[in-house]
Amino acid sequence: MSTTTPPRERPRQTAGRAAPAKTPAGNGRRGQRWLAWIFLAPTILGMGLFTLIPIVASVILAFFRWDIISAPTFVGFDNFSEVVQDPTVRVSFLNTIIFVVVAVVLQLGIALALAVMVQEKMPDWLRVFFRSAFFFPLILSAASVSIFMRYLFNEQFGVVNWFLSLVGIPAVPWLTTPGGSATVVILVYVWQNFGFSFLLFIGGLASIPVETYEAASIDGATGWRKHLHVTLPLLSPTTLVASVMAIISALQVFDQPYVLTRGGPGDSTRTAVMVIFESAFQRLEFGQASAIGVLLTLIIMAITAAQFRLSKRFVFYQ
Amino acid sequence: MTTTTDHGLAGHSPRLSQGLPETSRSRKKFTWNFALRILLLLIAAALVLGPVLWTLSTSLRSPSESFKLPPSFIPWNPDFTSYGEVFQQLNVFLLVLNSALVTGLIAVGQMVTAAMAGYAFAHLKFRGRGALFSIVLATMMVPVQVTIVPVFMLIRGMGLSDTLLALILPAIPTAFGTFLMRQYFMGLPAELAEAASIDGASPWRTFRSVYAPLAVPGMAIVGILAFNFHWNEFFRPLILTISEQNFTLPLGLVSLQGNLGTGSISVVLAGVVLSMIPARVVFMFGQRALQDGLTAGTGK
Repeated sequence: MSTTTPPRERPRQTAGRAAPAKTPAGNGRRGQRWLAWIFLAPTILGMGLFTLIPIVASVILAFFRWDIISAPTFVGFDNFSEVVQDPTVRVSFLNTIIFVVVAVVLQLGIALALAVMVQEKMPDWLRVFFRSAFFFPLILSAASVSIFMRYLFNEQFGVVNWFLSLVGIPAVPWLTTPGGSATVVILVYVWQNFGFSFLLFIGGLASIPVETYEAASIDGATGWRKHLHVTLPLLSPTTLVASVMAIISALQVFDQPYVLTRGGPGDSTRTAVMVIFESAFQRLEFGQASAIGVLLTLIIMAITAAQFRLSKRFVFYQ
Repeated sequence: MTTTTDHGLAGHSPRLSQGLPETSRSRKKFTWNFALRILLLLIAAALVLGPVLWTLSTSLRSPSESFKLPPSFIPWNPDFTSYGEVFQQLNVFLLVLNSALVTGLIAVGQMVTAAMAGYAFAHLKFRGRGALFSIVLATMMVPVQVTIVPVFMLIRGMGLSDTLLALILPAIPTAFGTFLMRQYFMGLPAELAEAASIDGASPWRTFRSVYAPLAVPGMAIVGILAFNFHWNEFFRPLILTISEQNFTLPLGLVSLQGNLGTGSISVVLAGVVLSMIPARVVFMFGQRALQDGLTAGTGK
């Protein structure tokens, strides 16, 4: 240790104590470096093999036509131009964007409102009950949620329409019309996922010091104004994290539309990921599937970058 | 329900408003807000729990009664025939065994590798640490769907197609888990390592005897998150498994629904309930840890 790093104060400090134990050969910088690489090996190798190489392969594959059976042929940008002109792909990207906007706004809005309401004064057992209730859907699988939601939204014998009939609303054809299916997919997705943002907001709210609210109420802020001028600005870092995570996960939506509607009726609930799945594993067009994947990744990267840029203006750190 | 909450409020509001000048007015307003707030929260909770209660209750109806309206939310006289039917239609034991094997091995693998990598990033000095960590973080942004085609081919090339290993191996390296464990280790004081090294402990010994035991709660969070996510995973198993003997629970359920069409809801729902139970048990034991884990690193 003392030979590799010449510390100036260190010897004086230790001088009074017992002489530092003889360091084994493995200790110090060298030993740390060795251990670091051994510790990192599984993660780095695994990520290289199953994430980094596949990303590169995906980009390369996007320039080839390949059905696994015959040899791949280089086609340049053909896959991209075909994919961009394919009406199904276009509709599915548009669907995905609409889905992301509506679902994320709903998810964050509901989560924030509920988090603020739960965080204010109430008996502890009630708070625990609400937190657990809102968290609950997160531990269910999207597939099983979609299975029972399909029955709940059934036009003839579904519970949702039964409740609506109580207030005199005629049966809604939820899963057989484009608008209805899109609505159900969004509702089911938000139902299952708002709890995640809710938890993030609870964590964020807990980190706002009580004194800030005391100061605000001394200045005469009450109720809504307090939340508008204190909670929202101080919560903005959490909101950034929550929105980035919500958007990234919403862009990848697959399980719910696949089980609920299989993308239909028509293409009304077909999403970007579903089109990747179909073109690769149903039509064996691996090149095109990769091209769609590359486009989706570019969109995700652009949105994330834009969010962080915007956040410089709207996020306040204490 | 509202009476008890009002009561609870009346219990502490006088104490709360003691020091305030305008006692009666602020208390009245506070009560009204409180009631409205609780009402809204109760409605939200009912909307969240209602579908789950309905699922549980309907699975306990006899198959012939499963269509009947009005819906039941409380199983007054439970009938377990649907559960028997699930076991006839699906090889439930095999599905559970597959899911448990896949999920368990992924969880343990993630806990071990994430702890090691997280420790290296937090407390060990080596060249390129910052850059490497950024790369690890960046992989969090790449959706599985984008890499699935090459991964599928890689799995084929390794001769692992249609095996459970195909589901397990790619899921073990975890960017999120590594990030979480790094945060966790950074929260442990570096002085411990200094003390250990003064006592002559090697870096490995320092990790094994000092830091690893302290990191067990963090590792539990990684494990529970991994369990929850992969127990429920649908997309990768759909693509990477072909034969029914390698299906995991979510796939089995969707195939059960396909087999039965809309024939008897209660049987499908019984399957859904069966698949919820293990996740629910893990959740019960890990709720606190899971909630802390999900909110870790987001405050401030």
